[in-house]
Amino acid sequence: MEISVEVNGVAQSHDVEPRTLLVHYLREVVGQTGTNVGCDTSSCGACTIHLNGEAVKSCTMLAVQADGQAVTTIEGLADADGTMHPMQDAFMKCHALQCGYCTPGMVMASVSLLDENPNPTEAEVREGLEGNLCRCTGYHNIVKAVLSASGASQ
Amino acid sequence: MIPVAFDYVRAESADAALAALAEHGDEAKLMAGGHSLLPMMKLRLAYPSVVVDIGRLDDLSYVNDGGDHIAIGALTKHRAIETSDMVKEHAPLLAHATSQVGDPQVRHRGTIGGSLAHADAAADHPAALLAVGGSVVVNGPNGERVIAAGDLFAGFLESSLDPTEMITEVRIPKHSGAGWSFQKFNRRAQDWAIVGASVQQVNGAAQVSLVNMHPTPVRATAVEEALAGGASAADAAEQAHVGMEPSSDLNASVEFRQHLARVLVGRGLAEAGIA
Repeated sequence: MEISVEVNGVAQSHDVEPRTLLVHYLREVVGQTGTNVGCDTSSCGACTIHLNGEAVKSCTMLAVQADGQAVTTIEGLADADGTMHPMQDAFMKCHALQCGYCTPGMVMASVSLLDENPNPTEAEVREGLEGNLCRCTGYHNIVKAVLSASGASQ
Repeated sequence: MIPVAFDYVRAESADAALAALAEHGDEAKLMAGGHSLLPMMKLRLAYPSVVVDIGRLDDLSYVNDGGDHIAIGALTKHRAIETSDMVKEHAPLLAHATSQVGDPQVRHRGTIGGSLAHADAAADHPAALLAVGGSVVVNGPNGERVIAAGDLFAGFLESSLDPTEMITEVRIPKHSGAGWSFQKFNRRAQDWAIVGASVQQVNGAAQVSLVNMHPTPVRATAVEEALAGGASAADAAEQAHVGMEPSSDLNASVEFRQHLARVLVGRGLAEAGIA
């Protein structure tokens, strides 16, 4: 089936099998490999992207469901000149990653979290990231980074 | 994990979706948000030959005041329900239960109609619908009918919908200001309930339902009857496992689930203000 998806501001058109998962489309057809596949069962959040600005798990969507929609992946967050998104900057400054595998999904989920709740409490950040697992268990600094990006004093 | 190949039909209207179901019968499955169906297709536990995508039927995404009830379009996403002031005011149990579904990403995609049609005893919405005494409006080749929550769940992952029917609306009676509770026991934040209990106070009586205690979403009738017969909440809660046939799995034995049901119903009755 022919689909057209705007990925990180660039119009993409491809013929895909209906059963193609969105994450596989993004990685293997569009070539944006920043989005990771973790558990492949909509539990871990490593595949989190934005669909029309909202965080969703791209392993639990078909590419055909994204036809005509706007997708943002981790590659689309920074400015064209390389200036990082404030959330990426906060993750770097707070050392909010260890192995880095969960990081693209964590950052995308965190940006969506602050879009919906710009001034969360620590508890709200932890609750809001319940769909993202860090196997290094580095949650402490991830929560610090999100609070830092929200402007909360540490 | 990749689903078995299927033909994809995007329905542009409810009528088009019904026409596709009429054409393909039980070879076809409706896909709303896809957060129940797609995981099962990836595991190849479900392999419909036709997927009818109804995810874009925006005219079936709404929260309206229906007078004595709230009318929620079947395609309304969990996120819209948990943040709806109307739902929070008149159906706080449903608002809270919705906020406990999966995680934020899941709630951005999953729909109330999809969750109810999936009829999973381990899911939050079916039990909430039973406790609040809600119903669903169903459309099919023979027109519209209303199915009460108590008649909606026919078996394991099986609703009483005909393969050619679809849920179009969910109706939740207003229980503004009445006591309620939604108890969900799990070990990890985003998991399904190992056991859950819903309690809604209605005119001083209690409507109680259980999550993951039976092959179907289920009312705890033994608890309700004990309360109606004058038993204390504590004594009634001891009946929570009666008549239930819970499964045993990696998370819990049958005995532990029975124990959890009694404890969670006890907590739920207390929180809902049932003495």
